[in-house]
Amino acid sequence: MSDLEATEVVRSAEQRMDEWMGRLLQGGVTLAAALVLAGGILYLLRHPMPMNYRQFHGEPQDLRSIRGIFENAKALNGPGLIQLGLLVLIATPVARVVYSVAAFAAQKDWKYVIITLIVLGLLCYSLFGQA
Amino acid sequence: MNTAEFSALIFVGSCLAGFLGALTGLGGGVVIVPMLTLLFNVDIKYAIGAALISVIATSSGAAAAYVREGYSNVRVGMFLEIATTIGAICGAVISIYLRAPVIAVIFGAVLLYSAFLSYRQKPHARGQVETGRLALWLQMDGSYPTANGREAYHVRNVPQGFGLMYIAGVLSGLLGIGSGAVKVLAMDQAMKLPFKVSTTTSNFMIGVTAAASAGIYLSRGYVDPGLAMPVMLGVLSGSLLGARLLTGATVKVLRVVFAVVIAALAVEMIFNGLSGRI
Repeated sequence: MSDLEATEVVRSAEQRMDEWMGRLLQGGVTLAAALVLAGGILYLLRHPMPMNYRQFHGEPQDLRSIRGIFENAKALNGPGLIQLGLLVLIATPVARVVYSVAAFAAQKDWKYVIITLIVLGLLCYSLFGQA
Repeated sequence: MNTAEFSALIFVGSCLAGFLGALTGLGGGVVIVPMLTLLFNVDIKYAIGAALISVIATSSGAAAAYVREGYSNVRVGMFLEIATTIGAICGAVISIYLRAPVIAVIFGAVLLYSAFLSYRQKPHARGQVETGRLALWLQMDGSYPTANGREAYHVRNVPQGFGLMYIAGVLSGLLGIGSGAVKVLAMDQAMKLPFKVSTTTSNFMIGVTAAASAGIYLSRGYVDPGLAMPVMLGVLSGSLLGARLLTGATVKVLRVVFAVVIAALAVEMIFNGLSGRI
């Protein structure tokens, strides 16, 4: 079997994985953009004057934590909805990694299951590891 | 200036950045931070937070298409993401302890270097490449679509690539950029992947790398909704438009123009950082 044929065999197994991954990424970005747009319109309607960005103050606590963002978004608060959209956006590549773990496991490629789990662990540390 | 005008101006600027970034392959993120800090007087920490968000949006959007067409090497990408995510977390943590002028100077220097890299960017000489031992163990060899059907290629120098990817991750987390230039350098020059595979795999990795530091930025309060909204929507629509128009001839001229713009912004960032105006 030539090199090309050998990679072609692996390729057909991977093709489906690639397609689903592409759809997942596309869907995540579209959903995030829709939420940010909706929140943006509400924000523009209710905040006539822009914030002063010249000096760094940091965002209020309830727009930093995952729970606070969800509560703000549920109340249809503009900035809350925007932050929820941004959370969806951050979650999109994370979902892609979760999907990869499952896809490599289905291919019984344990080496890559472990590699992908390490990446997932690092991402979770950054998202949930901060108090 | 009211909020609508302020948002509209930032939207238009971000749209242009995304458009040129997609057309030239340099990414829009690198222009966002200088634009916000130099033109709109935004504190660099807010600017980095907003830029990082836009980087995730464009890379995920573009990666969706490339992955489906079978250009990206998912295995190489996954393995190297270990290095970029560790780097991104380090970078985001370091940036908390650095003062704004210091970040501005580092940003300017990195910008200058990536303008230089992209200007000079040419694929490595294609020749017979033997698969490296680690690459063989990790089953990294692959194939990609060319004019004459799918063509197989070999991968080598995985440790060097891994090291360079860690640096790319640190820069991404520290400055809120995708650091695609360094990623392409690692895969094309060090690991000998075909150029097209390197650029698309780099794009594929940028989203995960940026997500690793975005979580930290969000929980530290660097991501402002009023600022991130026009930046994200602008860069996303601009880059979608740019990707549609992606065709040969004019791109070469645009590339040079964009590289010059980036270099000028870099010099101004360094100057403002040194004179304490940022």
